[in-house]
Amino acid sequence: MEYKASDFKKGQPRWCPGCGDHFFLASLHKAMAEIGIKPCNNAVISGIGCSSRLPHYMATYGMNTIHGRAAAIATGCKVANPDLEVWQISGDGDGLAIGGNHFIHANRRNINLNMILLNNRIYGLTKGQYSPTSPRGFVSKSSPYGTVEDPFRPAELCFGARGHFFARAVATDSAGTVEILKAAQKHKGASVCEILQNCVIFNNGTHDSVYTKEGRAKNAIYLQQGKPMIFGENNEFGLIQEGFGIKVVKLGENGITEKDLLVHDAHCSDPTLQLKLAMMEGPDFPIALGVIRDVEAPTYDDCVSQQIEDVKKQKNYHNFAELLETNDIWTIE
Amino acid sequence: MSKALKIEQIEDVVVLFAGDSGDGMQLAGNIFSTVSATVGNSISTFPNYPADIRAPQGSLTGVSGFQVHIGATKVYTPGDKCDVLVAMNAAALKTQYSKAKPNATIIIDTDSFQPADLKKAAFQTEDYLAEMNIDPDRVIACQLTQMVKDALADTGMDNKAIMKCRNMFALGLVCWIFDRDLNIVFNFLNEKFAKKPSLAQANIKVVQAGYDYGHNTHSTAACVCHIETKTKQPGRYMDITGNKATAYGLIAAAEKAGLKLYLGSYPITPATDILHELSKHKSLGVTTVQCEDEIAGCASAVGASFAGALAVTSTSGPGICLKSEALNLAVIMELPLVVIDVQRGGPATGLPTKSEQTDLLQVLFGRNGESPMPVIAATSPTDCFDAAYDACKIALEHMTPVVLMTDAFIANGSGAFKLPDLKEYPAINPPYVPEELKGTWTPYQRNACGSRYWAVPGREGFEHILGGLEKDNKTGAISTEPENHHIMTCLRQEKIEKITVPDVEVLGDSKDADLLIVGFGGTYGHLHAVMDEMRAQGKRVALAHFKYINPLPKNTAEVLKKYPKVVVAEQNMGQFASFLRMKIDNFTPYQFNQVKGQPFVIAELVDAFNNIINN
Repeated sequence: MEYKASDFKKGQPRWCPGCGDHFFLASLHKAMAEIGIKPCNNAVISGIGCSSRLPHYMATYGMNTIHGRAAAIATGCKVANPDLEVWQISGDGDGLAIGGNHFIHANRRNINLNMILLNNRIYGLTKGQYSPTSPRGFVSKSSPYGTVEDPFRPAELCFGARGHFFARAVATDSAGTVEILKAAQKHKGASVCEILQNCVIFNNGTHDSVYTKEGRAKNAIYLQQGKPMIFGENNEFGLIQEGFGIKVVKLGENGITEKDLLVHDAHCSDPTLQLKLAMMEGPDFPIALGVIRDVEAPTYDDCVSQQIEDVKKQKNYHNFAELLETNDIWTIE
Repeated sequence: MSKALKIEQIEDVVVLFAGDSGDGMQLAGNIFSTVSATVGNSISTFPNYPADIRAPQGSLTGVSGFQVHIGATKVYTPGDKCDVLVAMNAAALKTQYSKAKPNATIIIDTDSFQPADLKKAAFQTEDYLAEMNIDPDRVIACQLTQMVKDALADTGMDNKAIMKCRNMFALGLVCWIFDRDLNIVFNFLNEKFAKKPSLAQANIKVVQAGYDYGHNTHSTAACVCHIETKTKQPGRYMDITGNKATAYGLIAAAEKAGLKLYLGSYPITPATDILHELSKHKSLGVTTVQCEDEIAGCASAVGASFAGALAVTSTSGPGICLKSEALNLAVIMELPLVVIDVQRGGPATGLPTKSEQTDLLQVLFGRNGESPMPVIAATSPTDCFDAAYDACKIALEHMTPVVLMTDAFIANGSGAFKLPDLKEYPAINPPYVPEELKGTWTPYQRNACGSRYWAVPGREGFEHILGGLEKDNKTGAISTEPENHHIMTCLRQEKIEKITVPDVEVLGDSKDADLLIVGFGGTYGHLHAVMDEMRAQGKRVALAHFKYINPLPKNTAEVLKKYPKVVVAEQNMGQFASFLRMKIDNFTPYQFNQVKGQPFVIAELVDAFNNIINN
């Protein structure tokens, strides 16, 4: 059956005008329609925060739960019912501060969840405190003199937790967002999608360098599987390896041609280069967008189901009455 | 058995096997209780583990005990003090002697009472019996270790393996004293070590050696004792601990309801055996997830419940603290969930291996907002099965989280469990949303019981969003409307109050008792034994023991107000008494509160209750 984005849409979102969540929601509706799984077989599970309101605007099954626990709740949902397509929606506070433990363990276990991290580097719902992704020195209501702590970088955390899928898109870039959401759904295992989104009220401009199409042309690189790493307004720049690092080069300068450039391989199981790419920051480097890592590995939910099937074959008891008989039993006449 | 030997018929006996944690006391005790149960005796057991991770060998903190009470008629507790104390080393004698009756028989392995052993056990002199004021005539002192070595001399076993069989000598000797049929022991060992026949044979040899030693020396000065079975309940039985019975109850309920059983848990003493037990039974389709923390254990169970499973999370008091937020989520989303609290000593880490009833008010009230939740407290190891089944039935049929309370005492203790027939158990019918409501259904629409309908993901036309924010009672949309919040609060409260639970039964002198004893949960056996003892002394006493705490049985007020004096006895500072006072006007009971981490001592309660009657 063919679906339209509107088949997945419900209600009237109550986010601030211009909030990145609006853009992302529209892309999610579109991606789900293109993926084509029935609304009733999708479960969208969020924690607490501005972005966690999202399930209320979905015509699927869903839960808007408690702060930080979305990954754990989604885990139980997926393991208990592997037929469901489970989407976890969290902000940077929900996913990486209060829910940091669940985030890393969902990645480590490789549960087949689509884990969306809407990163605006601020606590919006509680009206403007710094988040675990706010940069050092960030001034907010709870850090009037600047923070004295370093932020998490979601990709680094995901990779450190042995994550097998990491992708990034900018909320205003619908095509880029839809593309990574579809890839995340297709990937079997925990799929982390970092969505760079702006908070117009409390952290306006945080992703300015890549928030517009023009900005992305200049300051981002779209990584594509098997393609050389080229970027720039006129595709004039590329990335090469130098020592253990990555270097930006200009095509044509010093005899550099497309053949000298790194070729993206998201399927490479060694995450070293993928991490380098994911960690690139302006102004010296472009910000990497697209599917950065996408490696096949056994998923927790599949293995749980498989183990049950295997043990069913090995053991000779398959119901409660038979279970009782496996004990030492005596009879009193 | 020598015919000249006098065999005395006795009503009941308490044997305490005590030794180093590595001495196999749990196994010896377990076999002895099973052998006794096999001939129809009533049994009640209490394993007492050391709290140390691995205490130094022979040290006072490393003593592990297994107490078993065997009776011709029903026994309700593992007994206050023992008639026979098996002390495998000096530390065991030192720490456990206080648990022996004044005339108890003491069995000791003199090979483990050498100067170095005595020093480790903090004895001042080498005459340890005199030092502890023990009458040598009551002591069976034997070179147990040496005799085990002799018995296994020709097996080629190394010393370490031989030493592991010492417990079997003690078992053989105790079997002789109590006239137990060794063939049952041999069958047990052959089955236990089916994969290692040589080990089975070695153990059998040592059991026989212990038995023969008793026989040849007529060890028990006085006589051999025999416990006849007087009250036989025909049927098929197995020995079961409370934790295992809990796991079985969950499995049974899932099968009856036709649902997948999901356990989200995190290891915690003394609840971990539930996770262990359920993890074994994948062939029944049981799914267990050992989560990253207690919070995730509960949260993942909430997710599993939403997805349509019978979801359970198991823990002890410290874990309940961490699960409270996710439990509240299940309350407001009105999803079925069973949370098991195997209580231990608190606060904080407290006494992890010891037993208390100190979580009652926490599970009733320890959550933010108005958060009503049914609470059931299992009364004995075997009752954990029925209690777990009931908890699942209530959770699934009333769409609510339910707390099942047990405690370290009944969770680790065991009893003879009559194999249940699932056909005799009530059906479990969750309120699945009827297909004809498609198109008009909203998530908080209720049935006649006041329960929300359950629409499991995957059903077309019933897509909906639940959540932790208050919802409109009609549309199910987020609502902060004041009147609606009050309505929803009342609906959640009424739903729990409407749950039907059986009346509390009054045992003993229900018509004319001078004193009504009131308790709840795992103290049932002890309070029953206290009542029996007092009635045997000619007192008029009744017992009302509560298993259903929230909602309380309908006849609670009537029962509590019927008798001139009421005492609420509990292993906390008065939590159940407080709850009853809150629920019942002008109820002012006497209280007996003790928080020692140990089971009640019957004699102490009898004294205290006699004082209440006499005052």
